[in-house]
Amino acid sequence: MTTIFGVPMQALFGQLLLGLINGSFYAILSLGLAIIFGLLNIINFTHGAQYMMGAFVAWMLLNYAGIGYWWALLLAPLAVGLFGVILERLLIARLYKLDHLYGLLLTFGLALIIQGLFRNEYGVSGLPYAIPQELSGGQRLPFMFLPNCRGWVVVASLVVCIATWLVIEKTKLGAYLRAATENPTLVQAFGVNVPLLLTLTYGFGVALAAFAGVLAAPVYSVNPNMGADIIIVVFAVVVIGGMGSILGSIVTGFALGLVEGLTKVFYPEASSTVIFVIMVLVLLVKPAGLFGRTA
Amino acid sequence: MLTRLLAATALAALAAAPALAQTPVKIGVLNDRSGVYADISGEGSVVAARMAVEDYKAADKGLKVEIVSSDHQNKPDVGASLARQWYDRDGVDMIIDVPTSSVALAVSQVTREKNKAFVNSGAGTADLTGAQCSPNTVHWTYDTVALGNGTGGAMVKRGGTTWFFLTADYAFGQALQRDTTAVVVKNGGKVVGSVKTPFPTADFSSFLLQAQGSGAKVIGLANAGGDTINAIKQAAEFGITEGGQAIAGLLIFSSDVHSLTPKTAQGLVLTEPFYWDLNDATRAFSDRFAKAFGGKKPTAVQAGVYAGVIHYLKAVEALKSAKDGGQVVAKMKEIPTDDPLFGKGTIRADGRKIHDMYLFEVKKPAESKGEWDLYKTLATIPGNEAFRPMSEGGCPLVGKS
Repeated sequence: MTTIFGVPMQALFGQLLLGLINGSFYAILSLGLAIIFGLLNIINFTHGAQYMMGAFVAWMLLNYAGIGYWWALLLAPLAVGLFGVILERLLIARLYKLDHLYGLLLTFGLALIIQGLFRNEYGVSGLPYAIPQELSGGQRLPFMFLPNCRGWVVVASLVVCIATWLVIEKTKLGAYLRAATENPTLVQAFGVNVPLLLTLTYGFGVALAAFAGVLAAPVYSVNPNMGADIIIVVFAVVVIGGMGSILGSIVTGFALGLVEGLTKVFYPEASSTVIFVIMVLVLLVKPAGLFGRTA
Repeated sequence: MLTRLLAATALAALAAAPALAQTPVKIGVLNDRSGVYADISGEGSVVAARMAVEDYKAADKGLKVEIVSSDHQNKPDVGASLARQWYDRDGVDMIIDVPTSSVALAVSQVTREKNKAFVNSGAGTADLTGAQCSPNTVHWTYDTVALGNGTGGAMVKRGGTTWFFLTADYAFGQALQRDTTAVVVKNGGKVVGSVKTPFPTADFSSFLLQAQGSGAKVIGLANAGGDTINAIKQAAEFGITEGGQAIAGLLIFSSDVHSLTPKTAQGLVLTEPFYWDLNDATRAFSDRFAKAFGGKKPTAVQAGVYAGVIHYLKAVEALKSAKDGGQVVAKMKEIPTDDPLFGKGTIRADGRKIHDMYLFEVKKPAESKGEWDLYKTLATIPGNEAFRPMSEGGCPLVGKS
């Protein structure tokens, strides 16, 4: 068998694929963060909690209403997105004129409250969410067994990421959005309802997090801590990609998933820190991040 | 005459009553209240400690018991500074529970410095009564040697001769791998590889793939709580058990199996010192516990907190003071233990509490009659076989006898 640095080629391919799957979660979550930061200038620390809420809403839909995975993929992001809209109207909208730090503190506090509430209600062991019938089983690839539900995660997140990127970069709505972040007063003068635009943008970013949460529900256990565990990594991804850069967050999300996967093969102990090491290195060389524009 | 006599008796009784309630005891329940071990210990341990104080009728016996609790976040530095603060500033006499081996070792150190008492229920590392034993520490519920002995031995006897470990990368995981390896090798098995996983980890797929690639017959999970749950769930997803490899969960609690459900966990072999459905006494306690705690049955760790508090109070009652922790622990070792959950037992000179352990198998969904009907008993492992002989632990307190 061919080996690379003592690791069989086949095992390596398997790990790369797994890295890509984890990268899908990073990409979709950091995309939401980048949109919210890029357009609203809010560092949304509630993102992890909103991801967790997505998974929990999917679980509740299944257990209390008998609504399955596929509908949950649509309904849970809508529900959590609506929660985001309310949050933005009630609290976040009041902070736009203040320093970034206020937004960070508010959203961080909200995340702690939300996670605490779920933890008190459901404990930390996690709730089981069965893999839907259509996605059970898997493909026997030459180098590994790929569970269908994980393969689906890659496909779904690629589609959502590309679609979002196209909307923001190529459509009129996206043009308004980008213009509104550059100069809200001017755009408002053209008759565009900027506050509504911002509210919907926040709601959409939150819905993206919830969508990732639904994707995660059958793969990991539905757990109040799942957001807290992943959010720091996702923030590192956003920083590496360049704060607010849409394309940067998607590309680095997938890329860092791959890097993490490789680390798990060669030096597993470092797999939880490798992303932060890369963050340090990138910031030393390019302080604005890989895809960021220097102001 | 009669009225005077009555009045005098009443006065005497009045004088005696405050004297009876004069021994203050402050117990600190220190554990994980928000992280991966919060369901195993957490608030449930506080409930168990309160039940112990009530059941012991401490107030009638002249003990004024107060319970405080805090979250050590699974961080040794946080645990050690909380312990120090409790002992120095808040007048805590005894700390109980403390899951997470690294934190437990740190708290044991502080307790010894301050000459207080530490009854550990939650942590696994056998070093607490081995190389790092202390005259102020009692290790109650289980330890890594007993787990390795139980599950490791049973798996090898079932034909699982080659092992690959997924090990949580901190004191507990390393101790569990070391102690299980010893049992596997002693029984004629072989360890073909291992991987150290960061603690905690949500995604075990990479590590499971390595374990799968190793071709080992048994994949040993030297982790606990949320880590174990994720690993078992994902092992099922990747078709590992279907492929003929067995999973050995070296430390699994009923709360973990409850979360996994028998559908995912069926057939798992595991070792525990306590299960709510063992006998009438454990069932009665567990029903009361569930009523007080949102319908959840107690885990072995919470049961250990209950039994540990009761035995500690016995020692304090005998000494009429909780102030000298070393003396209280010495007294705890002197009197034999007896409680409804673990039965009769002893505490050895090295601090190890001795009781039976049980080998369980997770029921199939069809066999399980209710949400909490999870295990069937495969074997009872007598206390003196389950735990490491004192002479092999290397505890400096007991010399090389």
